[in-house]
Amino acid sequence: MSNDAQPLGERYIAVQESEEFGDLRRTFRGFVFPVTAFFLAWYFLYVLLSIFASDFMGTKVFGNINIGLIMGLGQFVTTFAITIIYVRWAAKSFDPKAEALAATITTIDTPEAKD
Amino acid sequence: MTTLAAATSTGSPALNITIFVVFVVATLAIVIKVAGGKKTASQMYTGGAAFSGRQNGLAIAGDYLSAASFLGIAGAIALQGYDGFLYSIGFLVAWLVALLLVAELFRNTGRFTLADVLSYRLKQRPMRIATATSVLAVSFFYLLAQMAGAGGLVSLLLGVDGAAAQNIVIAVVGVVMVAYVMIGGMKGTTWVQMIKAVLLIFAVALMTVMVLAQFGMNLSSLMQGAVDKNPAAGDKLLEPGLKYGKSLTTQIDFISLSLALVLGTAGLPHVLQRFYTVPTSKQARKSVEWAIWLIGGFYLLTLVIGYGAGALVGADAINAAPGKANAAAPLLAFELGGSWLLGIVSGIAFATILAVVAGLTITASASFAHDLYNQVFRNGEATQEEEVKVSRYAVVGIGLVAIFGGMFAKDQNIAFLVALAFAVAASANLPTILYSLFWKRFNTRGALWSMYGGLGSALVLIALSPVVSGSETAMIPGADFSIFPLANPGLISIPLGFFLGWLGSVTSKEFNRAKYAEMEVRSLTGHGVAETVDH
Repeated sequence: MSNDAQPLGERYIAVQESEEFGDLRRTFRGFVFPVTAFFLAWYFLYVLLSIFASDFMGTKVFGNINIGLIMGLGQFVTTFAITIIYVRWAAKSFDPKAEALAATITTIDTPEAKD
Repeated sequence: MTTLAAATSTGSPALNITIFVVFVVATLAIVIKVAGGKKTASQMYTGGAAFSGRQNGLAIAGDYLSAASFLGIAGAIALQGYDGFLYSIGFLVAWLVALLLVAELFRNTGRFTLADVLSYRLKQRPMRIATATSVLAVSFFYLLAQMAGAGGLVSLLLGVDGAAAQNIVIAVVGVVMVAYVMIGGMKGTTWVQMIKAVLLIFAVALMTVMVLAQFGMNLSSLMQGAVDKNPAAGDKLLEPGLKYGKSLTTQIDFISLSLALVLGTAGLPHVLQRFYTVPTSKQARKSVEWAIWLIGGFYLLTLVIGYGAGALVGADAINAAPGKANAAAPLLAFELGGSWLLGIVSGIAFATILAVVAGLTITASASFAHDLYNQVFRNGEATQEEEVKVSRYAVVGIGLVAIFGGMFAKDQNIAFLVALAFAVAASANLPTILYSLFWKRFNTRGALWSMYGGLGSALVLIALSPVVSGSETAMIPGADFSIFPLANPGLISIPLGFFLGWLGSVTSKEFNRAKYAEMEVRSLTGHGVAETVDH
């Protein structure tokens, strides 16, 4: 356990209220909330078009490939793209901040032996 | 028609049984080799948190690409065309919720079970009870779907439609699954899931190439083939609305289903449990990244498999087969590669069911032993040995429940049954998970109202829906108390879960400042994870 004078709970509160942690939280939420809003909106747009505008979705573009299929495959494309973008963003913009902050919360305790 | 012949005596039963036995023996041998022997709680529930992100991503794909994905979606696309495709899209997009909002924070704040996270800054006892209740309920629905898939699959292969034969098969699946979990714990189960994921993706890729080869590698021609084979549906097969466009009720049902699919994944206990099998949140992120690639790739292939079954086997033959829609993929395998391919594909589908059921059982038994037995009945004072022992009894109990439940549910479309599990998970678990991680004001009353309200409303609405009574395919034929028109309750029960979580929280003053700080700091920085894992 810690040798620090400050109890554990208060130390976490101090970290939580620090400038750096506020910045980390803003960084994280500033990315994931808008992206979540985007992919959910896009998904439900697709669902609503499918069910209430099926004639439009059935419009053939080439051969038997219609707008519905293209938009459906578009959902796959956006899912893959968001995954790539998020993973890169996290490694570049989030992880360094999170690790730096974790390192400052030192001596809370030492890991025990593996089980 | 060769396809009609296929429906009545599909392949060679002796060959099929041989392949099944080979699969079971081989995977059991692997489980014994990698993970036999006595186990600590950590080894039993999380494989000691020692898997890499890539391994876990593969195991997640193995866990998630269940019988519903393979057999259910292929059948849905074969029969309902475009509407079946929606399942794949919802099941995939749902992973973004897990990737962006849940996986990493969840890994940073928990260790063994979902309740670890949900009770972190709330009152332990009531939260453990509520979470265990919800985990057991969701797992039950998911188990039903998998067991139903097993029964349908094997009855197809043995050419029997008799209830007794199917029930025996369901019982065998249950017994083998219990053996996997008892012997291998989470480590053994994870290995089975990884192996199965590789085999399944490989088999489906092979079938995709074989199907496309018959249509000059042209998706458009394949779709034309499906249309030509099904004149009753015609061009409607390619457009949305064949199943869900009939009336306003079915249209709303479609929206309800879509909501449940996209919000369900990140609330499924057995999916969340997988995030505990890796050591850090970065590895959890990597797990989801891999899972999205594998699962997305797989669902793209199911489009070809589904239309391929529609074009080469035909809707009439699928509907005539034992297992109906669930038989589309195996019948397609027979059409493409005769008894051998059918046997191999069915063996893989069978392994799929075993692996998924084993993962579900571990999660449910961990919740029972860790949350209910140890934390609630023994006030956290039980020894590891006692807890692991109880989890083993729980495995047997859950196996029995799954067997009897599966016997009841065997005629339902399994993709559809799984959608119900998603609805329950999204209503009962997701609101509390998100509020716990993101909303400062959240407290125990909000959590309890949300969990019991979400779970209760979802279950009641399912009981009053056409799924249970009052329709041709109802579970209780002959009776009719279906006063709720939608087959999927998500549209009502998910918003209700979120609303009750808010309402309960704002009417209660409870707030644990220190625990809130600890949870949020840990969730974002990963501080203290090593300690959480190790002791």
